[in-house]
Amino acid sequence: MTRPFVLIAALLALIGWTSAATAQEPLRVDVTQGNLDPMPIAVPDFVGVSDEAMRRGADITRVVANDLASSGLFAPVDQDAFIEDIANIDLRPRFSDWRVINADALLVGSVTIQEDGRLVVGFRLWDTRLEEQLLGLQYRTAPENWRRVAHRLADAVYERLTGETGYFNTRIVYVSEGRGIEGEPIRQLALMDQDGANPSFLTDRSYMALLPNYSPSAQEITYVSFLDGQATTYLYNLETGRQEALFASGGAGAASQVDPDGQSLSARFSPDGSELAVSIETRSGHDIHLFDLRTRSLQRLTQHPADDVEPSFSPDGERIVFSSARGGGSQLYVMNRDGTEVQRVTFGSGRYTTPVWSPRGDLIAFTKQVGGQFMLGVVRADGSGIERILYEGYFVDTPAWSPNGRVLLFTRGEQRTNGTRYEIWSVDLAGFNLRRLATGGMASDPAWSPLIE
Amino acid sequence: MKMKLFAIAALGAFATACASTPPVDDTPPVRNPDPIVEPDTGPVDTGPGYELGSTAHFVEAAGDRVFFGLDRHDLSDEARATLRRQAAWLASYPGARILVAGNCDERGTREYNLALGARRANAARTYLISQGVDPSRISTTSYGKERPSCTQSTEACWAINRNAATTLVGGYTN
Repeated sequence: MTRPFVLIAALLALIGWTSAATAQEPLRVDVTQGNLDPMPIAVPDFVGVSDEAMRRGADITRVVANDLASSGLFAPVDQDAFIEDIANIDLRPRFSDWRVINADALLVGSVTIQEDGRLVVGFRLWDTRLEEQLLGLQYRTAPENWRRVAHRLADAVYERLTGETGYFNTRIVYVSEGRGIEGEPIRQLALMDQDGANPSFLTDRSYMALLPNYSPSAQEITYVSFLDGQATTYLYNLETGRQEALFASGGAGAASQVDPDGQSLSARFSPDGSELAVSIETRSGHDIHLFDLRTRSLQRLTQHPADDVEPSFSPDGERIVFSSARGGGSQLYVMNRDGTEVQRVTFGSGRYTTPVWSPRGDLIAFTKQVGGQFMLGVVRADGSGIERILYEGYFVDTPAWSPNGRVLLFTRGEQRTNGTRYEIWSVDLAGFNLRRLATGGMASDPAWSPLIE
Repeated sequence: MKMKLFAIAALGAFATACASTPPVDDTPPVRNPDPIVEPDTGPVDTGPGYELGSTAHFVEAAGDRVFFGLDRHDLSDEARATLRRQAAWLASYPGARILVAGNCDERGTREYNLALGARRANAARTYLISQGVDPSRISTTSYGKERPSCTQSTEACWAINRNAATTLVGGYTN
């Protein structure tokens, strides 16, 4: 796979402008706190010399501004309030014009269409109070990749202003839900950009597809397919569209170790992508297994009469969290990757399920069901049992972390007279910025890709 | 004559089978039998008829599903009674094979329910085997909460959806 675009250089000449040496702090957005006061940022339409370049510039501006706003950390300033008309991004802006409309940051950019049709997109990010350039970058890309460039640009701005890696140049695989003409359930895998653009289906309506998870390379997913009549773990290559049942009954190799009637559930990749942790049913219940994707060997990690399901690796690959009813009700447990040293990590009342280890390693996201209510929460992975609830409502399922560990997607259900309505929502780690993901119809089971190269 | 006798006997069987079974909305379509010879032992209130050994026969004579408590996978006395009737029916039709599917209400997370549904299917399977059904005749699956027979978000619906449903998948009269 060729890289879709080239970062030409971080050298939109650092021209060495310095500020009037006010004693202000540099611009910084704190992502760790609930952000009720997002940073105002002005994003004028990117300039271009041709009509086509101007149109594309406006498109890119819209995508970038939407990305930044969706984080809840930035508030794009209304373009109608702008005083200065940016015509050339290599000229120093009139900072007072931007300060007076309360824009702390100013993002200006340009789009050039080369003779070969490729786009060159450059931008400069300014601190309007210190009158300093914070970042200047230029990308060159094939014209069809303009959205990718816009997301990368937004990631660069996010990273410069927060100190955190961005998450806008990512995709989401999810389950599109519905009912067929005879009332039969429809569960199709769908793929879209993080902002809802470029939606497509990965599977058809003839069988149910559930619980997708991304590989660290973003080129494969696992999911649970009913193609064979019962829940079976599948590996799906997003580049080729090829898929295979990993633990199909009666199969060779690893499959022969599995009870022919047993189901296999959602599989999560190890951080290096070489292994899967997956719950497989035997006659004595469901147990966590480790599957080596190269040698095709299957190792059983738990052997408890209670069901052990929903395994998820720690980011260092050394530990696995899973849910189990071994203590009575369903709670979360952590063990070493070889199955030793099982330690309980949740202790509250209610039923804890769907543990997913944060990319940062310190937290585990979960769903908790208490009485008739569902909660999305995070608990420390260290066994202290300290937890925080981020959302509470009628129904919650399948949390998925952003690659930088600052945002969670989750399935949210709302009670309706004709049944529960499922949608995918996002919320940040502080429990703020609750937003619905731009899926078409009913949707569930989000899987968030890593940053796309 | 055989047909007539069957129709009378079966009608008696369902009257008791149905009394204790929650209503379901996906009863398989009933196939009209060949014309039944006029009964000569008195009038019979004929409901829809069905063929011996058919799915409709199985559903009416034995009951095709057993119900579970909230978050439970243990069998109630009533569930055991239904499964005993299923086992008896299967003894009469030794060629028939069945699929037992575990189902759950929607008030749980997806993978949790897939596991719970498998527990319910296996509980039914184990009991059927204890009642003499050969294990090779039984396959199981779990649909979790994905194939509810009742789709409203109400307690009544959820109770109906917590079940293990038995369907004939081979060796029966179509």
